[in-house]
Amino acid sequence: MLADKDRIFTNLYGLHDPGLKAAMMRGTWDGTKKLIDMGPDSIVDQIKESGLRGRGGAGFPTGLKWSFMPKESDGRPNYLVVNADESEPGTCKDRDVMRHDPHILIEGCLIASFAMRAHACYIYIRGEFIREREALQRAIDEAYDAKLIGKNNKHGWDFDLYLHHGAGAYICGEETALLESLEGKKGMPRLKPPFPANVGLYGAPTTVNNVESIAVTPTILRRGAGWFAGLGRPNNVGTKLFCISGHVNQRCNVEEEMGITLRELLEKHAGGVRGGWDNLMAVIPGGSSVPCLPGDVCGDLHMDFDSLREMRSGLGTAAVIVMDKSTDIVRAVARLARFYKHESCGQCTPCREGTGWMWRVLTRMAEGRAEKREIDMLLEVTTQVEGHTICALGDAAAWPVQGLIRHFRHEIEARIDAYAANPDHDGAVTMQAAE
Amino acid sequence: MPTLNVNGNVIEVPDGITLLQACEMAGAEIPRFCYHERLSIAGNCRMCLVEWVGAPKPQASCALSVNDLRPNRDGSPAEIQTNSEIVRKAREGVIEFLLINHPLDCPICDQGGECDLQDQAMSYGVDASRYAENKRAVDEKDIGALVQTTMTRCIHCTRCIRFVTEVAGVPELGATGRGEDMEITTYLEKAMSSELQGNVIDLCPVGALTSKPYAFSARPWELHKTETIDVMDAVGSNIRIDTRGREVMRVMPCLHEDVNEEWISDKSRFIWDGLRTQRLDQPYIRKDGKLEPASWSAAFAAIASAAAKSSPQKMAAIAGDLAAAEEMFALKCLMDSLGVAHIDCRQDGAQLDPALGRGSYIFNSTIAGIEDADALLLIGCNPREEAAIINARIRKRWRRGNFPIGAIGGLKDGANTDLTYEYEYLGAGPETLSEVRSGKHSFFKQLKSATKPLIIVGQGALARKDGATVLSAAATLAVTCKAVTADWNGFNVLHTAASRVAGLDLGFVPGPTGRDVESIVRGAKASEVDFVYLLGADEIPGEQFGKAFVVYQGTHGDQGAHRADVILPGAAYSEKSGIYVNTEGRAQMAYRGAFPPGDAREDWAILRALSDVLGAKLPFDSLDQLRAAMFEAVPHFANINGIEAGLPEDIGRVAKVGGRLGKDPFEGAVKDYYLTNPIARASRIMAGQSQAAKSHLGEATGTDG
Repeated sequence: MLADKDRIFTNLYGLHDPGLKAAMMRGTWDGTKKLIDMGPDSIVDQIKESGLRGRGGAGFPTGLKWSFMPKESDGRPNYLVVNADESEPGTCKDRDVMRHDPHILIEGCLIASFAMRAHACYIYIRGEFIREREALQRAIDEAYDAKLIGKNNKHGWDFDLYLHHGAGAYICGEETALLESLEGKKGMPRLKPPFPANVGLYGAPTTVNNVESIAVTPTILRRGAGWFAGLGRPNNVGTKLFCISGHVNQRCNVEEEMGITLRELLEKHAGGVRGGWDNLMAVIPGGSSVPCLPGDVCGDLHMDFDSLREMRSGLGTAAVIVMDKSTDIVRAVARLARFYKHESCGQCTPCREGTGWMWRVLTRMAEGRAEKREIDMLLEVTTQVEGHTICALGDAAAWPVQGLIRHFRHEIEARIDAYAANPDHDGAVTMQAAE
Repeated sequence: MPTLNVNGNVIEVPDGITLLQACEMAGAEIPRFCYHERLSIAGNCRMCLVEWVGAPKPQASCALSVNDLRPNRDGSPAEIQTNSEIVRKAREGVIEFLLINHPLDCPICDQGGECDLQDQAMSYGVDASRYAENKRAVDEKDIGALVQTTMTRCIHCTRCIRFVTEVAGVPELGATGRGEDMEITTYLEKAMSSELQGNVIDLCPVGALTSKPYAFSARPWELHKTETIDVMDAVGSNIRIDTRGREVMRVMPCLHEDVNEEWISDKSRFIWDGLRTQRLDQPYIRKDGKLEPASWSAAFAAIASAAAKSSPQKMAAIAGDLAAAEEMFALKCLMDSLGVAHIDCRQDGAQLDPALGRGSYIFNSTIAGIEDADALLLIGCNPREEAAIINARIRKRWRRGNFPIGAIGGLKDGANTDLTYEYEYLGAGPETLSEVRSGKHSFFKQLKSATKPLIIVGQGALARKDGATVLSAAATLAVTCKAVTADWNGFNVLHTAASRVAGLDLGFVPGPTGRDVESIVRGAKASEVDFVYLLGADEIPGEQFGKAFVVYQGTHGDQGAHRADVILPGAAYSEKSGIYVNTEGRAQMAYRGAFPPGDAREDWAILRALSDVLGAKLPFDSLDQLRAAMFEAVPHFANINGIEAGLPEDIGRVAKVGGRLGKDPFEGAVKDYYLTNPIARASRIMAGQSQAAKSHLGEATGTDG
């Protein structure tokens, strides 16, 4: 369990004032000038050394990503874009950072921008986050007023921070769709390559990072890469914000060490599964887009990128959705499928057509109004979507369905059998005239 | 030059091309829906997926640059598989997805038989559908009288959106909604106004956008296809005429990189109903003020007796805008042997003099050359209306940037005219031109500093009293701003009549003692001219010929025929073989797609027969003999598809003409884009478009329509 002294987000619950003065008392903006004086290359090296992996879901090494940015400008500016379009169902970690500890993010933006030689940074915040936007904007204004950021600031690196409010589309959390949206266009993912580090915002080199990835960097630099790398398990180091929702006694956001077992996480912080550990049916360990895992494999499950990948799931955004045995898992996944169908941008064929198909079949399966051979067909449809699309939304729509069929095929079959055995149940058409 | 291994063939490919193009170079066929060579890359249909051995996922080959394909670790070229199991599975998946929401209405779909989705479903589709849900249905959109929509069939490739946004420059189409609710629409169901909109019909890979006038009238396999040349403007677009029996059913574009790429304007495409209506299908003779059907011999006899009453000094001939070189040559030979000097092919009165050399009246830079230019001045010309295809080429160059464009006059709404690109409106008339020429105007600097400046003079600036002086002033400007050098000739005349350049090449203009069109008309009013032969000339109001005896040889009952004393029915451009020379001076051969209606005959043959009756028998009995004689007179006509370049010295000669510039502003040569010639005026579709354009512009009144 993470010791209190190792916590990065010390006001995650909003128990203290989010304002600048209070934030400084908690250590934010402490010696930022000294960090800047380290120079950009040494900051990138430190981040690489710390082993920080992107907190947005894919887990790409952050330091490596930063090092892709050109060191010499060819006349185009470099940009940092912070992805605060936190829309993955189950995930609400960035939201708490932005409303309760915004300065930790702003300091991170300054340092990361400096490390990537960017003089401007855009934070793209989710459309539904109205209060969060207000809180963050208030903090940005405070930082400007205190000359912490802006032109001729105390840190000697001219830096402008812009907060852009999205319109509430899930797809705008995809980095290139986010850039399109930021440019004022329809939020549709771009083709890659070219990657944003070459051609990003307004055609200039751009890095897009998750809020959490940026917010942890000042503390890593202050406390040293070794400290961060010492937490967690090999290749999956540091602390991580977990969002626990669903059938637990105490739903919460919590900062924990990477690699903590699921059982410890749930029992220490969330008051355990509702009705006891044995009542656990399934867990979606990383936000709605990763495959679910059945309860019986969750006992000593390590919550990190590599362990969960081995289990054919993923850490994703570390949004743990707990489902106890009262859950109708088929309906639950059908609901997720509807979400992806609704949020598909419609640009490329497999996702546009496949998400709707999966949702419709699942909806029937949730009632049992299907045939067993359709289970394999559905699985095949998911593989026709997966890996064939422009962005990862196709994969995100396919994985939960694959997880369902992999682990809960018997549930679907039982449902189908029950429906077939009772053709006169509610909703079935009876022929009055024949009677 | 990256090296690739495509299905085991190791090939070297040029930098910057896409993997799809590289695979095609290696001989592998890649299916596609959204990819189109002339549009930006969307990468959304996912049909062109190929396997890059070693990559975790199949790659969309249309969107992947060959330069992004790293060689394998051992240095061997990247290995691409286009027929592997992975690729086949991926493509089958995509086809299945495209078909699940595509209606099974091929039997009533006009695209049937030429549908990309049908064809590719044959290669990659399966026999039965696994999709048990309801199919999506999408509301029809009314986007005008030319393009029929059946949006349920749409596969969202966005080719149409990209075309209107990028090539046509009139971004009227877009997509609303998201995911499977995405719909292609004009948003408020406004009719499309682009004059290139018909091309979206060809671009649409399925039957979502089809031709409204052609709806349900034929199947592609029952049509006879003839590749020929369009005459609606002087661009000489390459077209294919599809006929069934005697009727032209539709017109499609043909590929010609240097002329029309693969686009044609709406007038070229939808003109075909005009070929059926108002046709002259037998000779007529006016008796007691009324036209009455007659036999060919009677018509010829009537002409012979009128000619006998006249004398060569009182006879004149005018060639119209749609005439092919052959009949103009035949008419010129006939007039020459009769001793008639009053001949002219410039109905609109354009002051172009072939004696100054070919460079003085052709589009010297060539159409493809527009793409090399780096500054442009339009003088009295609205290319969007006068030559929509050339306008698209200008826009293509403008989109690449660093292309200042200035316009002097010629635009109906002045600076507010939408040419589909940005331009600086310098002024309305000759004063502005002399200001630019003398270097006082700021735009002169931009022309001067350009390495390949382009000057386009429209017919609106030439068909006026001071036309020759305007041309001379433009030539002076071209010389001073170095638009004419040894390796670049940026002095261009933009024609609107398909016949004009050939007519000028043939010397179908009055000699030193001859009368031009204006003088013929004046002469006819004053009874100094009493016999006028109109070869498809329909742009001169009939009453202007006074009491003269008018012979009209042509295709439609238009202005010329209404005034005529004898009508000789001829063949339209789709019904005869003939050479047309476009505005760049490119000689192109048109072929016969259908036969002329009724007793109508090919025009050269009419003239040959008439010459016998007039006692001045032309020395050729077949089209081949005529052409042999014509090629002797104008050798470069024999060089089909070639351009006999104008000499740079010609422009210097034009510059020396000088004269006094008038004061009137330049007006565009085209008054109504949809109604510029007799065929267009006979077309219902064009009339509808003309009305729609007027109401679009707010010109229509309450009693219109």
